[in-house]
Amino acid sequence: MEHVLESQVNGVGGTPSPAQPQRTRRWLPTLLVSPSVLVLLLWMTVPLAMTLYFSVSRYNLLNPDQTGLAGFDNYRFLLEDPAFWPAIGNTLVLIGSVLAISVVAGTLLAVLFDQPFAGRGVARILVISPFFVMPTVAALIWKNMMLHPVYGLAAWVARLFGAEPVDWLATHPMLSVIIIVAWQWTPFAFLILLTALQSLDPEQKEAAQLDGASPVRIFWHIVLPHLKRAIAVVVMIETIFLLSIFAEIHTTTAGGPGTATTNLAYFVYSLGLQQFDIGIASAGGIVAVVLANVVAFFLVRMLARNLKGVHEQ
Amino acid sequence: MSTLTATWRTRLAGVLAWAIALALFFPIAWAALTATEQDAYTPTLWFTPTLDSFREVLERAHYPSFLGNSLAVSVISTLLALAIAIPAGYAMAFFPNKRTQQVLLWMLSTKMMPAVGVLLPVYLLAKTAGLLDSITALVIVYTLANLPIAVWMVFTYCNDVPREILEAARMDGANLWQELVYVLLPTMLPGLASTALLLLILSWNEAFWSLNLTSIDAAPLTVFIASYSNPEGLFWAKLSAASVLAIAPILVLGWLAQRQLVRGLTFGAVK
Repeated sequence: MEHVLESQVNGVGGTPSPAQPQRTRRWLPTLLVSPSVLVLLLWMTVPLAMTLYFSVSRYNLLNPDQTGLAGFDNYRFLLEDPAFWPAIGNTLVLIGSVLAISVVAGTLLAVLFDQPFAGRGVARILVISPFFVMPTVAALIWKNMMLHPVYGLAAWVARLFGAEPVDWLATHPMLSVIIIVAWQWTPFAFLILLTALQSLDPEQKEAAQLDGASPVRIFWHIVLPHLKRAIAVVVMIETIFLLSIFAEIHTTTAGGPGTATTNLAYFVYSLGLQQFDIGIASAGGIVAVVLANVVAFFLVRMLARNLKGVHEQ
Repeated sequence: MSTLTATWRTRLAGVLAWAIALALFFPIAWAALTATEQDAYTPTLWFTPTLDSFREVLERAHYPSFLGNSLAVSVISTLLALAIAIPAGYAMAFFPNKRTQQVLLWMLSTKMMPAVGVLLPVYLLAKTAGLLDSITALVIVYTLANLPIAVWMVFTYCNDVPREILEAARMDGANLWQELVYVLLPTMLPGLASTALLLLILSWNEAFWSLNLTSIDAAPLTVFIASYSNPEGLFWAKLSAASVLAIAPILVLGWLAQRQLVRGLTFGAVK
């Protein structure tokens, strides 16, 4: 994230603009910034330190007699939990699939909507709408009206073709969750990428067309390089949000059947707020934080490499 | 490409784009249709639309209270975040020092912490303070979660203000206060409005903390809707009506603010 966004803040932090008169007392800017820094510092450090502490403590809300430090026992219990590795796997599958779907579909849609056509403004509004639907409503609409084995649209289509309707959330639970989440996030990718695409100088494309370049070549050699930076931003922002996908799972499958749709966020919730083992759940929370940092680290490195040589817009 | 004339290509693109747009919007349209049906058991396209379900939902004693919670939490947390962020964004844009860049990037990095990493301490702190299922707890969490976005947006909008305007005002003898109120504020107003809009949308739709920190008294619409995960047949029309009422205001706000949202959601990286 930082590499991509650094250009935003380059240019500040150097010399203050010479026009600033001396009358602005030096402490005033610091005073104005400090409330934000202070509350964010508290928000970042206190809960995280508590999670870290709980994760090495014996702390079960149902068993208050158990106290004291547990060392790494909670982490050991966590790793031995049969739901742990599936939860890691599900988290990565969910993030990976939704990222792939939303970025590819979002890019293609953005290119399509970059052409002029009748009613483009209205069509664009329709496309971005799913992003503004609150997660629990999205989950409910898909569960009861789209994927329901009796009343759902999918069942109706299946019967139309003489097939036996399936209970999507029971037979293909992860795929169903991926569809719901991708439905919400593709519009986001589309909106960002379309905005970025519209800043592309049309003369560049026209020149290529005059030189006889095919639309496919124009896409690969002009459009895609232009979009790289925006795609990088979309990938990073979606990753942050997708790591904590919770409401969609909570409302549709409650992590099931079995552990089929339990991601790390839902796993920690069920350990802590359903089984009330704060110690083990906190160990899970720390794993989530570590995973987020690993993902962020690799993403930033990968994207920084890809961004080299691409002009800043 | 020579076989397809430009007009036909445009028409083809239009048809394709409209088909995809309608398909993506279909689930929302279907919910809205279901909400106006008398008997939602047997979905048909031919029925007499009725607004009965909307009326029933609104008249039920508890729906307005969830709506009120959603409104209170999003409006108060948005105003609070703005109150803390505006001075910070202003100061960092107009009086940068050598730490400003690090501070901004650090604020951004706080968004990378997954909420689930701090779920248990926040839940237990709220419980100890007697704030579980309270609007206060949600307001505090939403304000903190949205603060980095708010600071970034105010900062980028401040950076866009032409310095010449401020200098001109200063030349005319305006003091700092007059400069802020009569020159900067009017220039910044659209930017501040879109910042507020984005924060409102994010807090209205937030569902991780609301599901975990509230149950009844302070539950916003996200939680109310989630509690009907398994509705019984005849209830569907009403559930759809409740869903449509919950998403309609944000849909309209989102449509109005598309472009500004891009800027806010990407921390100013895409404008």
